[in-house]
Amino acid sequence: MDSARINRALARLASEIVEENHGSDDLILVGIRRRGVPLAERIADKIADLEGKRPPVGILDITLYRDDLSTVGAKPVVSGTELPGDIEGRNIVLIDDVLYTGRTVRAAIDQLIDFGRPRRVQLAVLIDRGNEHRELPIQADYIGKLVPTKKSEIIKVMLTEFDEDEAVVIVERPAAEAAS
Amino acid sequence: MFDKLQFVIPLPRAKVPSREIDKLKFVGHEMSANFNLKHLLGIRELSVDQITHLLDTAETFRDVSKREIKKVPALRGRTVINLFFEPSTRTRTSFEIAAKRLSADAVNISVSTSSVSKGETLLDTARNLEAMAPDCIVIRHSSAGAPQHLARASNAAIVNAGDGSHEHPTQALLDALTIREHKGRIAGLKVAIIGDVLHSRVARSNIYLLSKLGASVSVAGPGTLVPPEFAELIESGVRVERRIEDALVDADVVMILRVQRERQTDAFVPSMREYAVHYGLQMRHLSLAAPDAIAMHPGPMNRGIEISSEIADGGRSLILEQVTNGVAVRMAVLYLLASADKAGKAALPSGSVDDVSNASRAAGGVRGRTRRQKRGTLN
Repeated sequence: MDSARINRALARLASEIVEENHGSDDLILVGIRRRGVPLAERIADKIADLEGKRPPVGILDITLYRDDLSTVGAKPVVSGTELPGDIEGRNIVLIDDVLYTGRTVRAAIDQLIDFGRPRRVQLAVLIDRGNEHRELPIQADYIGKLVPTKKSEIIKVMLTEFDEDEAVVIVERPAAEAAS
Repeated sequence: MFDKLQFVIPLPRAKVPSREIDKLKFVGHEMSANFNLKHLLGIRELSVDQITHLLDTAETFRDVSKREIKKVPALRGRTVINLFFEPSTRTRTSFEIAAKRLSADAVNISVSTSSVSKGETLLDTARNLEAMAPDCIVIRHSSAGAPQHLARASNAAIVNAGDGSHEHPTQALLDALTIREHKGRIAGLKVAIIGDVLHSRVARSNIYLLSKLGASVSVAGPGTLVPPEFAELIESGVRVERRIEDALVDADVVMILRVQRERQTDAFVPSMREYAVHYGLQMRHLSLAAPDAIAMHPGPMNRGIEISSEIADGGRSLILEQVTNGVAVRMAVLYLLASADKAGKAALPSGSVDDVSNASRAAGGVRGRTRRQKRGTLN
């Protein structure tokens, strides 16, 4: 995927979210970890274009809720979690770049619940790597693109907020050979 | 109690001649590459990167204590043992709360109720605890080097909560976090440490940390409690002032140390009253410092002796913030040590026992060496 296709997919996700939730009044968009955050911001912008009102955007760092603490490496970096206000009774859309095993989303849901009791939690992802790799019964409500992959492959989502280029590529693990 | 503790590095309780400062150098630090900290034994051996990483992580943990559910599952199922041979309220509670907020199980052992009073050695106590598979042991002990001693014999991560007059790393870290929060930086600041510097592990750890991060440090207090050797404690030098006013001029941070009354039987100061009159910090002293200077104290305070109530309760005092930051810092320490756990075990250096026995020979004799030591069983 290139930049134009990424943005078109985000635009579609935005309108799907608005359609399914009958407007954007009660919505909070919460971006997960690093790359979910700019995606959430962009979707919020597109919702603002559609509805005239921009839903609040939050940031979730799930490092402390991971189930793989000792294997993640010797230097876990915890950044802040910022949620816009109380999430009690609110309608939350979690947003991440790639849905793979589902463990990140599990951690995100547990973390949200520690902050309060949302009325509803939905999941929007740019890329879904397919059911084959799911390790937990988690599915996305809104999918940008379904990309079936092998375990030996990694999907890299590059966004201008963090990287030089903007693209979605498939690379072979661990060497960085780009193949799309 | 000393004959029950087979330690090869007893720090003197009186003055600190320069050869004693050399003794501090070989209290080793178990460390692997990268951040990967296996134990937190002191500030001296930490790199600036490691310190910064600890402070940054502590900052994110501050938020957890502000939430309604003050818990994250990061250390779920881990066991943290607080092994305190010296009395403590705030440090021990701080570690206990930190462990619990990480969902770890915290166990407190204080010496009066423990088997040490029945004559058990430190190493045996540690081995017995080790057999219960703790993930982390937080130890406070009156002898310098006790945490290092434990670290060589233990698979658990060891955290130094204060060893004799040597170091108190988490205190220095929380002090740094507090300063950073209020001043935005540490480099370039002028810090004055006032009081019983001689006996203070807080002073030593702070001197190491503040100078590593680029601050300049002066110390002042009664002549008997501020040894001139401190000027050489670190390479960049510490300014040792005879008069507290000289240390306070233009200071950005004023750290006030507790007069350790339990040590006053050695007659360092004629009386508490005299200390209060000549060295107790009053508002007029603070006015010598920078206009936006902050006042800090590691606690517990002797109100009206080393610090006036006016300062302690005043607007420039960050004493309570220090305590809040203490929980955050200790959460960060436990979290980072626990996540280095598995990687760190593989990289533990061996053979450092030699360092310790060489050192004790160089130090010229140890009080109360027993058969156990001569057998050289430190593993």
